[in-house]
Amino acid sequence: MSAPSPSITAIFLVFFRIGLLSFGGGLIGWVFREVVLIRHWLEEDEFLSGMALGQILPGANIANLTIFVGQRLRGLAGAAAGLFGLLVGPFFAVLALAAGYRMLQSLPHAEDAMEGVAAAAVGLLIVIVARGARSAMGRPSAALAFLATFAAVGIMHWSLLLVVAVVGPLSVWAAWPKGA
Amino acid sequence: MRDDLPWALVVVFVPFSLVSIGGGPSVFAGIQHQVVDIRQWMSSSEFVGLFAISRAAPGPGSMLSTLVGWHMWGFSGAVIATLAFFLPSSVLCYGVVRVWNRYRGRPWHTAMEQGLAPVGNGLVAAGVISILGISGGGVVSWIIAFGAAGLLALRPKLHPMILFVIGAAVFVGTRIVMP
Repeated sequence: MSAPSPSITAIFLVFFRIGLLSFGGGLIGWVFREVVLIRHWLEEDEFLSGMALGQILPGANIANLTIFVGQRLRGLAGAAAGLFGLLVGPFFAVLALAAGYRMLQSLPHAEDAMEGVAAAAVGLLIVIVARGARSAMGRPSAALAFLATFAAVGIMHWSLLLVVAVVGPLSVWAAWPKGA
Repeated sequence: MRDDLPWALVVVFVPFSLVSIGGGPSVFAGIQHQVVDIRQWMSSSEFVGLFAISRAAPGPGSMLSTLVGWHMWGFSGAVIATLAFFLPSSVLCYGVVRVWNRYRGRPWHTAMEQGLAPVGNGLVAAGVISILGISGGGVVSWIIAFGAAGLLALRPKLHPMILFVIGAAVFVGTRIVMP
């Protein structure tokens, strides 16, 4: 089971750190690491389903995921603290970078270094996929839903909304409690 | 609404906030069209420059909105554009999530969670392919990404910043050896 609810300050600080350190993207991987793997605030299924919910709603996926986690832990205050924490660091970072961008560009291999950071950040996402896939393997319908979503969106490039609208209900139906 | 006031940012970003299904990048092309072609706030290359900065900075890619506001009206523009792009979708998301989390623990809610979890995971997997596919790094990026994941499997508490330094070093090193 998940641990007792963390404080508003703890939620703010976790997302503040994620916002400020998450170079190269892959923020969902950071949140998974901090919230599920290290702090056990949420369980894996809860996290992944909240993520699916956040992706079909408009808005930056990471902002929606932050609101999901914050609301789940501490209601409105938790969601607001998480979102503010997530955005305040990058807000100033992006302005500072805009001021110093020409200088950064003149550094040799700055772009290559960013490519390398971005690739390493994808590693955080692969961790989620590996864990989620392993637990999906326990249920054939979950394994099928995982593979179908991945193939349709990632390989066939079909509309995310359409794929979730078709695969989501089928997958939920397969998981529905018997006799309910 | 006059185009020479920061409030014009609200008119541009609020609608994009509410239609950005799938994430901020899904409306970047639309934002570019608005601010470059229609409102002519900046040139195409200026917009691409702001996009590059938003990618180099930490945080969500949607901080591009902050930069567009800053480019036009300085600090107040940055604040207004950020709020206009993040708040509307966030309020909507909060409403949905509140209802969703209220029913936690009910059998049907557990079923929905178990059903949606593999779908969410499939979306992350698709994101991995798409990020690695569009990056200019080719096979080196794939090796770094899976190498980083392998290291995390061995040492789950390894700090991501260490992976970032290794990733950057490997990428730069490869480019020096094989330009």
